[in-house]
Amino acid sequence: MGRIYLDNNATTPVRPEVAEALARMLKGCYGNPSTLYCIGQEAHVEMEHARDVMAGILGCNREEIIFTSGGTESDNIAVLGAARANRKKGNHIITTKIEHHAVLNPCKALEKEGWSVTYLPVDEYGMVNPEDVERSITSGTALISIMHANNEVGTIQPIAEIGRIARAHKITFHTDAVQTFGKLSVNVNELGADLLSASSHKIYGPKGVGLLYVRKGTKILPIMFGGHQERSLRPGTENVPGIVGFGKAAELMAAEGPAEEARLLKLRERLWEGIKASVPHVKLNGHPTMRLAGTLNVIFEYVEGESIILSLDEHGICAASGSACTSDSLEPSHVLAAMGVPPEKSHGALRFSLGRENTTEDVDKVLEALPKVVEKLRSFSPIYKDFLKQQTV
Amino acid sequence: MAYSEKVMDHFRNPRNVGEMKDPDGVGKVGNPVCGDIMELYIKVKDDTIVDAKFQTLGCGAAIATSSMVTEMVKGQKLEDALKISNSMVAEALGGLPSQKMHCSVLAEEALQSAITDYRKKKGK
Repeated sequence: MGRIYLDNNATTPVRPEVAEALARMLKGCYGNPSTLYCIGQEAHVEMEHARDVMAGILGCNREEIIFTSGGTESDNIAVLGAARANRKKGNHIITTKIEHHAVLNPCKALEKEGWSVTYLPVDEYGMVNPEDVERSITSGTALISIMHANNEVGTIQPIAEIGRIARAHKITFHTDAVQTFGKLSVNVNELGADLLSASSHKIYGPKGVGLLYVRKGTKILPIMFGGHQERSLRPGTENVPGIVGFGKAAELMAAEGPAEEARLLKLRERLWEGIKASVPHVKLNGHPTMRLAGTLNVIFEYVEGESIILSLDEHGICAASGSACTSDSLEPSHVLAAMGVPPEKSHGALRFSLGRENTTEDVDKVLEALPKVVEKLRSFSPIYKDFLKQQTV
Repeated sequence: MAYSEKVMDHFRNPRNVGEMKDPDGVGKVGNPVCGDIMELYIKVKDDTIVDAKFQTLGCGAAIATSSMVTEMVKGQKLEDALKISNSMVAEALGGLPSQKMHCSVLAEEALQSAITDYRKKKGK
């Protein structure tokens, strides 16, 4: 049975070209890029090529790219490092209720150190209102951190507008672009971002590598201490094979351009139209248009998400309920809660996130299996029974 | 987190599933806000549970424990059925992941509530 992988917002399969680049580095290029002799310099050249690719995508200078161990580390350096470096300005941070935990939890850690954090609300589509950002700014605001697109529902935030507000108030602005880097335009000048996080394994690169863009002149302190690598913001010998793989993955994404996004959008709409036509009592989560092309988050009323996932897995289909980082927790999604979805409904949420390996055939197979799965689970759902009884009264 | 083969078997092929006509006792536990609701129906003859069925909204563990508890109570005297604990249900399923143990509590509570309901109706 062939697998149909529809959880590309959680992670993506490594592309063959990337795997080749990784193998080449692991087999033949072991040098420490900080050393002066030839094998070290070979590694250095490879790594700096990846840095150039990233600078091209972000529209920045190569010196402004810090390679990290992934999105979580980038977010932590950005939030903790920029907040602490701007402590003289005050002790206030503005973020949103729908950030990834890699931003929310550093904010919570800072609250324990005496910082005050504003967690902005979102509308029913998961969208932040830039006016709310402006209204929340105080004389003591040291940092604004707002994600580019949400991992659970895919809503794309008005980052350029928020960037302009932050700039006008001279406040450091970070955006978590883990879900958009390589997919949407992430030109840091257009976005007005001083700090931007990205991750390799969301774009068909290896796990364990990411980057933080740090605009020249941005005040930031390290959270880890060691050698001089990555401008001392991320000390430790660089993950050279990972960085090279990340570079290759980003290069390939950039070469494909918006064509792949357009293809994913078509597939996603085929899936959503098919679900609406074959499964009653479903609701879309996320913005109707300002949304990541591959992301479809749907509530199946009167059933529970995990039971759908387990049943789909029987058909070789991999989907998620909410985000992978929270799937072990029993709490309903904080993102859906912020969008005003009551917990009894959000337990029935399922996220399909499409990627470059998915085809029309995959979508059609899902549409064949899904209605049966939901129907079976509803057949012994006590709340569905109560709902049906209400209908006949 | 991974479920045992037995949990998956009971999830895939739940035993005794569906609504019961004229049950002698009904136990409704759980809460849609928590994402788990279980309804357990029993038929009783001479203080013995002669049939049990269930309907459950919930995760894989909730459905599997519901299925298992209906299997465990059939043919049991009421006082013996009351001794069935959540850990016994979990154990019969080959164990549950720690964060899913609360689902087995649901099964125990539904059983106790169904028996209480039966006794109340009987005026005992």
